[in-house]
Amino acid sequence: MTLGEMKDVLDAEVLIGDECMDIEVKDAFAADLLSDVLAFAKEGTLLITGITNPQVIRTAEMLELIGIVFVRGKKPDEDAVKLARIKKVPLLSTRYIMFETCGRLFSSGLVSCMKRVEND
Amino acid sequence: MTEQKQDAPLLEQEFTVEGGDFIHAGEVSSKIKRILKDIGISQEVIRRTAIATYEAEMNVVCHAMRGKFRLAITPDKLVIVVQDEGKGIEDIDLAMQEGFSTASEQVREMGFGAGMGLPNIKKNMDDLNVTSEVGKGTRVEMGIFTEQ
Repeated sequence: MTLGEMKDVLDAEVLIGDECMDIEVKDAFAADLLSDVLAFAKEGTLLITGITNPQVIRTAEMLELIGIVFVRGKKPDEDAVKLARIKKVPLLSTRYIMFETCGRLFSSGLVSCMKRVEND
Repeated sequence: MTEQKQDAPLLEQEFTVEGGDFIHAGEVSSKIKRILKDIGISQEVIRRTAIATYEAEMNVVCHAMRGKFRLAITPDKLVIVVQDEGKGIEDIDLAMQEGFSTASEQVREMGFGAGMGLPNIKKNMDDLNVTSEVGKGTRVEMGIFTEQ
């Protein structure tokens, strides 16, 4: 699924990265805890989150994530948008809640970046 | 005797991180990532190092007054030493456990403070050594081999 197809499935608004809509999305991770994103998301993973501060962009930069979808109609603050523009991180915003967002993407064929954590 | 000392770094650079500066948090990690890219370190090593330095940088921003990051690159290894001035860690074994955190409510609201920082550094780097003096500060030394 491309970012553009994802935008349609989520009826999303593109905040940054109009020119990136042809990019293929291979898998996704959803969390409101950046510590978990840093521990579990993979390179090229799409992040689905409700966190909108500049640290979410930094996290995307460090992990080389493919882009971020903000759920529940949330929009990142000005500092975060500025940073995303510099770091070229595509940002989308959808009004769907996180569960619905994940469900719609999963039904459309997008898979998780990991199914479950390892046993201790 | 022209032979170079084995562990003499090819490149050494120092960076300062201010505690409590959440707007610029991550800039030092970003700079280090850039340097590693420019000198042609492998993608996988860059990514693992970026995650570890970012976790360490957030630790300084969230818990200390300031910190110094020293990056040293030798032919076979990257070593990053973080020395902060702050309250230090009382029980390092406890701090290394997943889920243990002393982070403030503000830090948690930002999406951090889940007690995953040091464990995630350990997971990504080849070696990690943490020492601390309560009331003075913490020193985190982490290393990763450039050939994985």
